Order: sequence, then structure tokens, then C-alpha cells
Amino acid sequence: MARRLLLTAVVTALAAIVAPAALAAEAKHPPREDWAFNRPIGGSFDQAAVQRGFQIYKEVCAACHTMNYLAYRNLGENGGQFVAHGTLNRATTQWEDVALGPPHHGGRVIPPNENPYIRAIAAQYEITEIDRGTGQEVTRPALPADIFVSPYTNPFQAAAIHGVAPPDLSVITKARDGGADYLYALLTGYSEPPEGEEPPGGATNLHYNPYFPGGWISMPPQLVPDRVTYADGTTASVDQMARDITTFLAWAAEPKQTQRKQMGFAVVAFLLVLSAFLYAAYRQVWRDVKH
Amino acid sequence: MSGPSTYIPKSGFERWLDKRLPIVRLAHDSFVDYPTPRNLNYFWTFGAILSLCLITQIVTGIVLAMHYTPNVNDAFASVQRIERDVPFGWLIQNIHAVGASMFFIAVYIHMFRGLYYGSYKAPREVLWIIGVLIYLAMMATAFLGYVLPWGQMSFWGATVIVNFFTALPFGEALQQWLMGGFAIGNTTLNRFFSLHYLLPFVIAGLVVLHVWALHVSGQNNPDGIDVKDKADTVPFTPYATVKDLFAAAVFLIMFAVFVFFLPDALGHAVNYVPADPLVTPAHIVPEWYLLPFYAILRAIDFSIGPLTAKFLGLMAMLGSIAVLVALPWLDTSKVRSMRYRPVARQFFLVFVVACLALGWCGAQSPDLALHKFGEYRAIGDYRSLTGGEEQFVVTGPSREYVEDAYAEARAEVIAAGGLPLAQTIETPAQFKVTQLSQILTLYYFAFFLIIMPVLGLRETPGRVPETIAKAIGVKAAKKVAVGA
Repeated sequence: MARRLLLTAVVTALAAIVAPAALAAEAKHPPREDWAFNRPIGGSFDQAAVQRGFQIYKEVCAACHTMNYLAYRNLGENGGQFVAHGTLNRATTQWEDVALGPPHHGGRVIPPNENPYIRAIAAQYEITEIDRGTGQEVTRPALPADIFVSPYTNPFQAAAIHGVAPPDLSVITKARDGGADYLYALLTGYSEPPEGEEPPGGATNLHYNPYFPGGWISMPPQLVPDRVTYADGTTASVDQMARDITTFLAWAAEPKQTQRKQMGFAVVAFLLVLSAFLYAAYRQVWRDVKH
Repeated sequence: MSGPSTYIPKSGFERWLDKRLPIVRLAHDSFVDYPTPRNLNYFWTFGAILSLCLITQIVTGIVLAMHYTPNVNDAFASVQRIERDVPFGWLIQNIHAVGASMFFIAVYIHMFRGLYYGSYKAPREVLWIIGVLIYLAMMATAFLGYVLPWGQMSFWGATVIVNFFTALPFGEALQQWLMGGFAIGNTTLNRFFSLHYLLPFVIAGLVVLHVWALHVSGQNNPDGIDVKDKADTVPFTPYATVKDLFAAAVFLIMFAVFVFFLPDALGHAVNYVPADPLVTPAHIVPEWYLLPFYAILRAIDFSIGPLTAKFLGLMAMLGSIAVLVALPWLDTSKVRSMRYRPVARQFFLVFVVACLALGWCGAQSPDLALHKFGEYRAIGDYRSLTGGEEQFVVTGPSREYVEDAYAEARAEVIAAGGLPLAQTIETPAQFKVTQLSQILTLYYFAFFLIIMPVLGLRETPGRVPETIAKAIGVKAAKKVAVGA
């Protein structure tokens, strides 16, 4: 009897546990989107979308956000959107028949530091550094090996200009619950505040966004139709731009993720076969032993 | 079973070495000829799986330490560099981070197995206590390791844990001594890194003692019967070896699924934000494997006399592990395995559920109301135009709701010429996560301190077979009966 009571109590307690789990939501939950890169099976990046996303990053985000853990060369590494292939002419040590994309028919991946596309992208930026010969501050064009150039000259400037330092975007899709879904929902989710909803302290520099914890975000809405003119001619709708920048940032958060999933399949397949063989061996060894 | 050695050196070199360092003899007696009970089930494969976990953590950890920078300015970036630039660094880092969780999954199954089958009972008390020490060292190592990536949860988790020490006598001095300063900073990170590198080798040493003690007393088994003769056992190799290998391969499948497809599923997103001493995350929670103890710690929200809630919470948390050390003497049952203790089995089942529920509680906000007895009420007294005192009551499901409704009603009263006098908002009685944690904590301790000692004396255990061989015979007969 006591035992049954105890079990009843446990079941009741469990029921109580399951019920209120939904109450905890503070911000609106981002709807689930079907991102090609998030699929465990055959998940990969739409490189055109990543390239467009990079364009948005360059022309919109980079004005305020740093990306401290990415270097220009990352764009040209295997799996990057500006990976290029060609053939090395040993006599001139120059790359010939250079074309964008991984090598499908002959040719080799060009090392990112020699990749002409990457060199061109990097050269659009200026690096300020101290010249070792003179001790003077000098500027030079960025190289593929350089980290994405920060819009700020020092880390304090960001907070001084914006009130709150805009977060670094290198791992942003990993650093927020909901990941890519959250980012996309946030970028497209600006709306009029519900009646009676006031920014904390009556602040005037905050914008209502139901997906942001607390509802009020410092970043003004950025994406308006045709904010950028896409190099590939795609129509720059708000939805399109939000998807593209999300795809780019998801790539940037973990450039090796496609490689990770591909290797995962080989490893799991190997382990399944290994387990099957070991099970057969186990049955064989124990066949005459009662246990 | 430290019986006479059956090792016979085969080659001249082996004979030569055996006279000088009988290491091959040791390995042969421990892992080849070592007699294992023939009725072991798959729960007995977790010893091998745990060894695999320890080796994996040590090997990946040593490689990570070659690339990691224990400095507050560079630690976060160095982990990013490992994931992005070190060849296969992403793989090594994922294995190490996921490996910690896998290690704990395996150790919890191993411990619950020990509890269920009475593996802590004589003559295995020392074996069990060494196991508890290994578990303690694992928790310390895991906590120290989680601080190293220097994300927000690393920093604030460390802040919360180190803060507990202030509840002890000389607490502040102790806290500062641990941190190496007045706050968690570079000195703390450096010493945590040093200790995180040291402790796994302490664990490895304890594992040697654990295995040694095991090989003296012999393995327990699902029937909890002592091995009587050769008919009860099979040699470790090939019987246990092949079974362990198969189980380990299956375990590795789960391991690989997390490493390659869900590497961040067991962590916290906020730990991808670099540590910032000026910004506190919304929720500070430890990793999943420490959640039950975190729930026990927070369950004590009351003080007793001069003892503060914080001190009592810390004592409860430490006590929840210390009680495991005393378990061999708390359990009074003459029967080892719960297979033959039907009543104890029920209490054990509830205990497992209580531990899981404590884990859930540890992840929630302690003030989260699981059940409200009634509704929120806002009560306003006012003097009406005619001079009489009247009252209006607003009820609703949440504080915000009744506050808003109350404000509206108040405005109406004023518009009608009434004069508000006093207002109160009544919160209904609530059953919060804290209370659930208290009940579960109570059961946790009652299981060890009351149920185990009392039940062993009062219960009527089932009939225990005399030998393992007979136990297997009994089971086989039953199977036939069921089949027919």
C-alpha cells in the first residue's frame, strides 16, 4: 500500500513537472526554418547564398559589428565560398586557368593566401600597424592572412559610439539559443510594440523586437528592400537578405561543419559494421556457455 | 580472485623478464585468466567503457593543451583557433567536450548498477569508496575544464561555485586563496588549467587502485552470489573481452552521433559569448551532470539557528556524496542483489526517478511555480461618494494581469468619484521548484539513511540461489516454462 502511494506521488510530481515547462518563455520563440545547412543528412551550404550573405555583411553589418575570429583566407579555404582552383605553372610559379569553386575536373585548390579572389577582397581594407623600421604608424592593404578589419580602432569605441557594444558576429549563431532560426526571426521580426509596452526607462534609442529577450533591442532595423544590390542579380527582398546573412553567419560560426557531418557518416557507418562483427564474435565465443 | 598464478612464460625473453619484473604475469592474471562470473549482464561492461572514456579524455586533452592558451585575453580565441585552424582541431575539441558528458553518462550507469546489485557490500566496501573518490575527482575535473574556454557560463559558473566557499568558516580567505585574488581572473584561470591537467592523472591512479581492489575481491554479479567454484566463472579473455569490445563499440556509436551531429547539444549557447565580468547571464546553470547536486544545494533556502541557508545547502550537497561512502554500512540487508529484494527494488526505482527529477529541478529557476493554489488577487479599499467604505477585488492568473486589471478598476473608481484608501495584492500559495527539490532531497537522504538501514532488517527477501551455476539453471528452467 505504502509502495503504491509512493508511486502515485511520483507520478503526480512528474505530471506537475511536465506541465509548466512552457511557461518559461520570455521572448517569442523563433519559428523553425528548414535550413539546408542544418540537415544532418546531406546538409551543406548554398554557396551562392553564402556569397550574397558575405556581401550583406560587408555592406551592412561590418559598419558596426566585428568578426574577430575570421580571416579573409577562411573565405578561400575548402568549404569557403571563394575557394578557387587552377593549375600551377612551375616555370612562372603563377596559377593558370583560375576559376571559382572546388576543382571538379582537374586542377588543384589554390592556397587561400594566393587565391586572387581573396587577395582582391582583402585589398579593399586597410590595416593600420606600427612599422618596425621607423616605429611610425603606417597603413597597408590587408592580406588574406589578416583578421576581418574591425570598424573600431579600439575595443572601447564600440560601446562609446553605440551605448552597448554590438556583439562580435564570428560565432553568433552558436552563441544564441535558437541559432540560425533566432537570427532570421530577429532580423525580420521588428514590429510596432503592443499597446502599453514601453522601453525600459523610457529609453528612446531602443527598438521593439519580440524575438529579443526583453523585447527591446539597441540595433535599429537594418534590412529594407534593396538595401544592397546583389552582384548576382537576385532581388534583394528583406526575406532574401535575412536568409542570406543568416546562412553566411552560420557558415562563419563553424566553417568545418560540412566536413564534420560528412566524416560523421563514415564514422557511424564504420562503427555499425564494427559492432555487427563484434556481436557475431561475441555470439561465437559464448555459444557453448550458458549465461 | 588472487589465486595462484597460471601464467607460464613461453619464450626465453618472457622467462628472463618474469624473474626480474613479472609485468606480463600481472597482465595475464588480470586480463586474460582472471575468472569472471558467467552471469554478468551488459551493465558490467561499463568498467571497460569508462576506461575508454578516461583514455580518450587524457589523449584529446593533452593535444588540446598544446594549442590552448590559459590567459583571460586569449583563452576564448585560442579555443576558436583550435576549432578553425588546428588540423582536425574541431574533431579533437568536440570529442573532448562531448567526451566529458559521455564519461558521466557511463559513470552514472556504472554507479546505479553498483547500487542495484549491491556491489558496495562486503567484501567490496573499499572498492566502492575508491569509486566514490574517482567520481568526486571527475566532478572537480569537469568543473575546472568547463571554466577553460572562458565563455560567459565558464566565468559565471566558476563565480557561483567559488562563492559557496564563503559559507564555510574562514570562507572569504578560503575563497580568495582558491581564486588567487579578489575576483575570478587570470590567476584563477591559470591554476584551474594546471589542476585540470593534474586531476585526470589522479583519477588514473585511483582507477589502478579501483581495479586492484576489484581483482582482489572479484566481481559482483547480477545475482549477488559469491563465486564458489570454477563452474561459476569463465576466463576474462576471450569471454569478457569480446563482450566489453562489443558494448564499447555500441557506446561509441552514441558518442559519435553527438560528436559529429550534435556537438553543442549538451552545452550552453551563452558559453560562445566571451566571459564578461560586467554582464551576468540570465540563467547560470552548471552542466547537466552536476544539476542534481545543484538542485540539492538550492533546495535549502532556510536557515537553522546560526547556520545559514548557504552553509546548510553546501553541507547538503557535500553530504549527498559523503553518504555514498557510508552506504556499505548503512545497508543492513544480508542479500546483495535487489533482484531478490522486491521491496527494495521499488524504492530503488523511485530513487532513480528522484535523481532525474532533481536534475530537472537544477536546470529551472527555483521560483518557477509548478502549481498555484488559487489565483492572484488585488484588493482595493475605497470610500464611495456616499461616504461608505467599500472594497473591490480583482483576480487573475498572474501578477501582471491583476496589476493591470486593478489599475483599470482603480481608474473607474476614481472617475466615479470614489477615493482609494488602500490596496493589497495577494499572491496565491504556490508549489515551486524549490519545494519539489526539497521533497526530492528529503527522499534522496531518506533512501540512504532510513530506507536502506530499516528495510534490510524488516523485508522478506526472495529465495537466493546457492550458486551462480544454479541461478543460471533456475533462469533457464523459467524461460522454458514461459515459452511452453
